[in-house]
Amino acid sequence: MNFYERMMNLDRRWIYLVIGLVVVITAIFPFDVPLYVTPEVRSIYDYIESLNPGDVLMIGVDYAPEVMAELHPMTYAISRQCFKKDVKLLLCCLHQNGPGMVEQVISQVSKEYNKVNGVDYVYLGYKPYPAITILAMGQNFRIPFPEDYYGKPLDSYPMMRGLTNFSNVKAIINISGGSGTEYWINYANGRYNAKLAIGVTGVMTSDYYPFLQSGQIFGLIGGMKGASEYEYLAEKAGYISKAKNQLSAYKTMPIQTTSHLVVIFFIVVGNIGFFMSKKKKSRI
Amino acid sequence: MRRTLPFALVTGVGFFMLVQYFIPKEEFEIAYEWILDWTIVIGCFAMLLGLWSLTRVNISKVQRKTPGWGYSLIAIAGLVFMLLVGFIPGQKSLERGSTFMLLFEYIYIPIQATMFSLLAFYIASAAYRAFRARTVLATILLLSAIVIMLRLVPLGPLSAVNQWLANFILTVPNMAAKRAFWIGVGLGVTATSLKILLGIERTYMGRD
Repeated sequence: MNFYERMMNLDRRWIYLVIGLVVVITAIFPFDVPLYVTPEVRSIYDYIESLNPGDVLMIGVDYAPEVMAELHPMTYAISRQCFKKDVKLLLCCLHQNGPGMVEQVISQVSKEYNKVNGVDYVYLGYKPYPAITILAMGQNFRIPFPEDYYGKPLDSYPMMRGLTNFSNVKAIINISGGSGTEYWINYANGRYNAKLAIGVTGVMTSDYYPFLQSGQIFGLIGGMKGASEYEYLAEKAGYISKAKNQLSAYKTMPIQTTSHLVVIFFIVVGNIGFFMSKKKKSRI
Repeated sequence: MRRTLPFALVTGVGFFMLVQYFIPKEEFEIAYEWILDWTIVIGCFAMLLGLWSLTRVNISKVQRKTPGWGYSLIAIAGLVFMLLVGFIPGQKSLERGSTFMLLFEYIYIPIQATMFSLLAFYIASAAYRAFRARTVLATILLLSAIVIMLRLVPLGPLSAVNQWLANFILTVPNMAAKRAFWIGVGLGVTATSLKILLGIERTYMGRD
């Protein structure tokens, strides 16, 4: 095997080693990644900025711990922005591994801003079968969720007075790591005309651009980059702070950046090997 | 009867749901809410069925000592353990700080995060092997992938150009392809739904 063929057929363990080293080294020696805030992220941020104190925003959290590195920062940043602006939150979860995710966010963020369950936020909890649950919530939140996550009747909370269905919330932000987003688009927006924006993982992002252009969603936060753009905007406005360790996506962006560079480097190496060995063969 | 009754139910309820969407009358709204209640109840039974099926399949594997039976044993043990932990008296198991949530935060979350993190290694290796400019189409795919990946990388003055290019790829060719895909999916779903409502497609009843 000549040099170029070796470049083409590197042992995968070398790739694993380099990726591992790059991730660890960047985690130890982080650096700032300049960010360009995309209009689809800014539109969600600006919309929440335009809300008045007392308005209700709904967040649908449909993800499991496997994608929390990308999606958890979005939930944190949006919740913090809302609480800082005294916007009330209605949270629900349509993924079986998501209830713990919401509980983690809401228990922490409500303490940071001294917000009270039932007055400033209500966590509806989890229900299976997203399509049915969304359709039912469109009629009345009390059909799929007669009680909240903590087992108390929804009507016992002051915040739920006059809050019947999607028409009473200003907008819905669905943060999802799976196909749940399609149900929100089809049913919450399609059937009930709810104002909807989404936050999805990096690999899912490209799937949802058509819905953005058609106006079915008014904003799209894509992956860790989108989350860090949102954090960047929220930090600039003073809603979250670096000192309080509230920038999780922004902090991990250098790791994603360097690991992407490594992937590109290996692709280039493989292609150089491919072309050079092809050239050599054609000469022979 | 075993086939006629399910078919009549599916066709009747299916056509009702289709028609009620276009008739904004209170009676239809009430019936619609009533059917939604029913679907939630049926869904709960499906959950129980899933639990039963999972337990039965894994117990059978352990009893027969089929290859990998140890994993089945761990699955059953995990299921029973988490159920018991969820019912510890005096604890609000769904609230942060309870034993149930501690297990979720310190065992389940790291396990899932680790599994997903392994993808970084596999993707790097797969990209190295798959992204070869063998044909014109493969070269276009390769270049598009590099542009999209580079949008995360600070490139100084080139960043603005790359952002524009990445945005163009995502909002023009990508969107055209995705739109075609979604329209195809929509037509497929409509066709399949009609086949089910008209009784042409009956595989949901089991063997035809």
